[in-house]
This record gives sequence, C-alpha cells and structure tokens, in this order.
Amino acid sequence: MDINAYIESGILELYVSGQLSEKENQEVYELMRQHPEILQEVLEIEAAMIKLAEGVAPNTHTVLLQRIKDELQFDNDDNKVLTMPKSRTNWFAYTGWAAALIVGAGLLWTLNQNQQLESQVSDMDLENLYLEQQIEKAKTDLAVKENLLNVLRDRDIISVPLGGQGNFTDSYAKVYWNKADNSIYLDAQGLPEAPEGKVWQVWSLTLNPLTPTSLGTIDNFNTDQNKIFNIANTNESQAFGITLEPAGGSESPTMEQLHTLGVVAQP
Amino acid sequence: MQLETLISQFQNKDEKAFEQLYHMYKESMHGVIYNIVRDHDIAEEVMQDVFIKAWNKASTYNSSKGRFFTWLLNIARNAAIDKTRSKAFKNSGKNLNAEFFVDILETSDNLNTKTDAIGVKGFVKKLAKTCIEVIELLYFKGYTQKEASETLDMPLGTIKTRNRNCIKELRHMLLE
Repeated sequence: MDINAYIESGILELYVSGQLSEKENQEVYELMRQHPEILQEVLEIEAAMIKLAEGVAPNTHTVLLQRIKDELQFDNDDNKVLTMPKSRTNWFAYTGWAAALIVGAGLLWTLNQNQQLESQVSDMDLENLYLEQQIEKAKTDLAVKENLLNVLRDRDIISVPLGGQGNFTDSYAKVYWNKADNSIYLDAQGLPEAPEGKVWQVWSLTLNPLTPTSLGTIDNFNTDQNKIFNIANTNESQAFGITLEPAGGSESPTMEQLHTLGVVAQP
Repeated sequence: MQLETLISQFQNKDEKAFEQLYHMYKESMHGVIYNIVRDHDIAEEVMQDVFIKAWNKASTYNSSKGRFFTWLLNIARNAAIDKTRSKAFKNSGKNLNAEFFVDILETSDNLNTKTDAIGVKGFVKKLAKTCIEVIELLYFKGYTQKEASETLDMPLGTIKTRNRNCIKELRHMLLE
C-alpha cells in the first residue's frame, strides 16, 4: 500500500471532519494503528481544524461550565462553601427576633397607655371646666343671696306680710319696701304657679278711698328660682295686693282673683 | 495524560475527566456552533446542550468509529443546525445562507481574545475563495462530499483533493 498516496487522497481530512461512512472510518482506524505516519497526519489535520474553529469562537464564559455541571448535577467538592455552625446562627437570629418583638410590643403598649392617658386628661379637663362653671354659678347665687339678705336686713325696710284672701287662704306673700330707693322686694314663694294664659299682677293700694295702682305683672314668675322680685314703687302705698289676671294684665284688679292682700303698718 | 485514558475515564462518568475534555474542546466547539447560529446567546445555549448530550451519550463513543473530536463535532454541528431549523430561530429573521466562517473574522470584535485569532485572521484571509467555500461546507456545515459538489458545482473527486490542499495550506499557516 502506498501510504503517501493514501494520505494525499484527502480521505484523512474527510475522516476528521466526519464525512466518511462507518466502514471507511473503521478502515482509517486500522491503518492509523499500523502506520504511525497516518496517525501523525490525522493528528496534524485535527490540530489545524481545531485551531481554525477556535479562531472564530466568541469568548466562552466560565459560567457556562458551571451551568452544565449544575444541569448534570455534579458534586462541586472544590467549590463547597463553608457554612457557619447552624445552632449558633439560629440562636443569634432568634434572640434578635425575640428582642425585636419585645421592643415592638413594648412600643405598642406605651403608645396605647399614652392614648389612654391623653383621653383621661381630656375628660378631666372637661370635668374641671364643668366644676369651675358650677363654682362660678354658686358664687353668683351666693352673691345674689347675700345681696338679698342685706336688703332685707336694712333698717329702713318695711316688711308687709300679705295674707291669703277668700278661697286662697293657703296663699301668702311678703313685701319688703325700701322707701329710700323707691322699690319693693316681693317674696312670692307662697303663691302657686300661674296657670296657662294667666299672670300674677301686683297692686299698690290706697285705702280711703280704695284706689289700686298697678305695679306691673310678674311675667317670669313660673321660671324664677327664688320667687323674689324687685319692683319699682313710687307710690305712697297703704296696702299691697296680688291678683291673678289674664295674660298681659288688667287695668283694674279682678277682685274674685285677689289671692293675697296686706296692709302697710303705720309707723 | 493520554487522550485515550481521559476519554475512557469520561466514559466511566468521571466528572474531572469531563471537565478536562470540556476545556480541551470548548473553544473549537463554540467556534463551530457560533459559525452556524451567529448569535452569542443561542451559541451558549447550544454549547450547553452539546456537552450535556456528550455526557449522557458518552458510552456510545467508540474510537474505532472515529476521532473523539469528530464525534463531538458531529454532536455540535447537528445541535446547531437543529437550532437554526427551530421555529423560534426562523422567526428571528436570520439569513445564514451566504455567510462563511471568514465573515466572522471580518467582525473580529466578536472573537475570542485568548486564542491567536488575529493570526488566524491574517492566514485565513490568504486562503483562496474556493478553499474557504470547501472548508465551510465540509467542516463547518458538515455537508457530505456529494452535497458539497452539487452546491459548488464541482466534480466529486475535485472536492476531496481541493479540501486536502486547502487544509494542508491551513496547516502550514497555523501550525508552523
């Protein structure tokens, strides 16, 4: 066999690039084993072809091998990552979480406490305000009553008791007349409330002849608390009387409705 | 270590042997695959498929049937060509018909910086156009002699000797 002619035929190039039949491949293989020159030729052809292909190759990233190894589930003995002792890591982690939880819960509790306290303070403020108002009102009432007491104790005051008349014997009233300032204080606690559409009217009377002069109606009788009314009186009154009149008052007293009457004691 | 020993370890599912073989052939396989698919991401995808397939089919290799490089080359070419026939690849609008491996060298910014690609580029440019065509079809595209002769409108016997002479020329350029 002419080895050189065999080599020059070009069959070995086709052998390396994979164009031969199975039978031809077997043949080349046998010849390579027998003739080192043929093997050498094949190795050189292969080397040139590898180099040519490498020449047109893009960069082959190192991650590619790792991806292939991952896919094939290779053990990566040399790439093993040192792991921390697990219990220790966990212990720290748990402690951290526990601490965070405690602090979190504490914060929530404090927040809640704070809200409760704020709400309580707010309630207290309201209550304070109410109490202050009560005190103010009491002070005012006290002042009014002290004033009244002073008036009644005045040396110049003339006290006139008014007794119940006719069918109204249960009724009574008192007039405190201060001649110095031309006013009377009528204490009408002994009178019932004025019915709907009616009003109490106060009269100043002179007795000879009997002449009534209206001192006015007590429009706020039903709503007044202490039933003491300050009324101006410039008359030389000899007696005081109170009648129940239709709302708006009357020109002259309706004698059937004369509830109380009292005569001024002559000094 | 002898290549035969390494290959038989690889066939016995030795992971280290697989890695060594990977490093020996990754560049050349990547070049062949990239020349067919002309897309970096797709080429890496095919690379992955090829080496996984090689691992899984390791037992089917038999040195009496051909070189280990040739066995791997066949897997790589087939996988890359299958990829270009996939619907997704066709929809990407790539037209690979008129492209030769030398076109890659023209746009050398794509190239591997580790190998002496610049030297390869200089040599390959000196190759005759007919050499480039023959090498492209027989080696990079895996055409049979008959297919290549029809494509290039060249007698069957001429293909074989031209291929021989072209690779001989390449050997002088690259290996000496």
